[in-house]
Amino acid sequence: MDIFIQQLINGLIVGSIYALIALGYTMVYGIMQLINFAHGEIVMIGAMVTITCINLLLDLGVQLPGPLLLLAGLLMAIPVSMLLGFTIERVAYRPLRRAPRLAPLITAIGLSIVLQQLAMLIWGRNYRPFPSILPTKVHDFYGAAITDLQIAIFILAFLLMGGLFFLIERTKLGRAMRATSQNPDVAGLMGVNINTVISMTFVIGSALGAVAGVMVAANYDQAHAYMGFMIGLKAFTAAVLGGIGNLAGAVVGGILLGLIESLGSGYLGDLTGGFLGSNYKDIFAFVVLIAVLIFRPSGLMGERVAERA
Amino acid sequence: MNIDFLQTPRGKLITFAVLGIVLAILPWVLTGGFENGKSWVRAVDFALLYIMLALGLNIVVGYAGLLDLGYIAFYAVGAYTYALLNSPHLQAMLPYWLHNPPFLLMLLIAAFAAGVFGLLLGTPVLKLRGDYLAIVTLGFGEIIRIFMNNLDRPVNLTNGPQGINNIERVHFLGLDFGRPVEWLGLTFDMVHLYYYLILAFCIVIIFVTLRLQHSRIGRAWVALREDEIAANAMGINIRNVKLLAFAMGASFGGVSGALFASFQGFVSPESFVLMESIMVLCMVVLGGMGHIPGVILGAIIVSITPEILRDVINPLQEGLFGKRVVDPENLRMLIFGLAMISIMLVRPEGLWPSKRRAREFHEHDEEARA
Repeated sequence: MDIFIQQLINGLIVGSIYALIALGYTMVYGIMQLINFAHGEIVMIGAMVTITCINLLLDLGVQLPGPLLLLAGLLMAIPVSMLLGFTIERVAYRPLRRAPRLAPLITAIGLSIVLQQLAMLIWGRNYRPFPSILPTKVHDFYGAAITDLQIAIFILAFLLMGGLFFLIERTKLGRAMRATSQNPDVAGLMGVNINTVISMTFVIGSALGAVAGVMVAANYDQAHAYMGFMIGLKAFTAAVLGGIGNLAGAVVGGILLGLIESLGSGYLGDLTGGFLGSNYKDIFAFVVLIAVLIFRPSGLMGERVAERA
Repeated sequence: MNIDFLQTPRGKLITFAVLGIVLAILPWVLTGGFENGKSWVRAVDFALLYIMLALGLNIVVGYAGLLDLGYIAFYAVGAYTYALLNSPHLQAMLPYWLHNPPFLLMLLIAAFAAGVFGLLLGTPVLKLRGDYLAIVTLGFGEIIRIFMNNLDRPVNLTNGPQGINNIERVHFLGLDFGRPVEWLGLTFDMVHLYYYLILAFCIVIIFVTLRLQHSRIGRAWVALREDEIAANAMGINIRNVKLLAFAMGASFGGVSGALFASFQGFVSPESFVLMESIMVLCMVVLGGMGHIPGVILGAIIVSITPEILRDVINPLQEGLFGKRVVDPENLRMLIFGLAMISIMLVRPEGLWPSKRRAREFHEHDEEARA
């Protein structure tokens, strides 16, 4: 098996998931200059709801092909996550819109804790296995292995991103979102209902997050109440890497981060003669991030923002 | 009581005297009044350590306005510095004059080590602002933790996830803080001895931060926080002032880390996860950024509330339902999270902000109304 191509594939798959989640962070940041710390938890809830839903259907004895079951689970998880995203914004962020920036950060962290603990109460402290309903056929790709699931993840991720770009660039709502991110007050004067736009941003981001959560759970065959934390952290890193607030940047950052992590942890042992091993995998995200920010402080694709007086 | 009276010299004297007496007898009230009093004294000891940490972070976040999400790394550096020099783990490799240094020297070493790491973090991030700074500091904290977790090979420096055991307690003023002492008919256990030790350092740090606040450096930090460009134009050396904030905040963290390691007798990377950094930040923000009494209040609330909830939740559940319905650990974190959200929604400026900050918020209200 060709290790290089294998790591490349793994990196692309994980990277496209990071990108989906990073889009949620970057959309919110672009509009409100707020790190939505609870976004990782939405990803987790999406995964958990889907697993529960599939298991429920299986228990009821529903005979459906695996992908359809998964779809049914997703159709349940997406509205739940959307509702959650909507509620989060309404309860924790909207009242603090004019407060200094640290206040919403703290409510976001509080929410993150609350959602984690609620998930623990509902789903328990143990890892929840992803039901094995999907075909496990392995394809050979230039000497590397790739499963149907991985192909599906990759394609779906890019379809969703394409859809989002269409939404932002071509629709009325997208134009309102872009206007709000440039200047909320002026956008409001021009007849944009800012509250609706911000709510929609959270709803859309949460939907993407839910799908990404299912992808993570299916890809690693498990979900856990704490899974949202690390994945959210990495996705946020990806968003910053690409230049936060910039949609294309989030995609590029996500893919890059996935690749760097996967190739880095695959070759780190060889490069350092066994001194550092793949247990340093989680370091890559941060080392790369720090390096980028030092040399290009606004991210790879971010615009230089003039300092406000 | 009349507030004005407290501002008079006599009022202040009385306040301090009362406060001093309360603090002096607190551990004895706890051990005398509660069945599991020692664990309460222990909780108070940790609360004092958190106060030191929160005051250190307050310099970086509250005074200088630099959002640091990896502050616990400095606590970790201090703790590991103490652990490595005061446990059998690494001593075989170290020259003998580095074994169990005298306590005050040890604290200086820990403060210095953490300060160096503060500079190490501060230098590359001088140009970064706001959220970018937050995420880089977060990454820095995680990097430190991952290294502690993995530096058990090729050379076993940190003993990896198992952590370092058998750390010597503090020996200071002829006392071994690990052994109970009889004095005035009272048995001073380890938790009591450490209570007074940590309290003493707490008071020192409170004094230092109070004096810093209105010093030239303190004012430079505030200027930096309010407007970096204007501060620069006024002749403040932005680079040095920022680095000083990082280094000083870090060395406070280092001192409390060293005390933590000696108190706990054991350190492992698990104590220094990101959640801890976030908790310390919550203490600063919930209490009232930049305002020392507020920060102390925040630290006490954030560190003691979960302990109280731990004792209250189980009896309450058993009383209400006759059995434990939900996991108390979950429930207490849940309540804690909800409390964080509600406090911020009701008082975004913190529970006990400085007059100046409260006024700024007030101004904002009027602006919004106009």
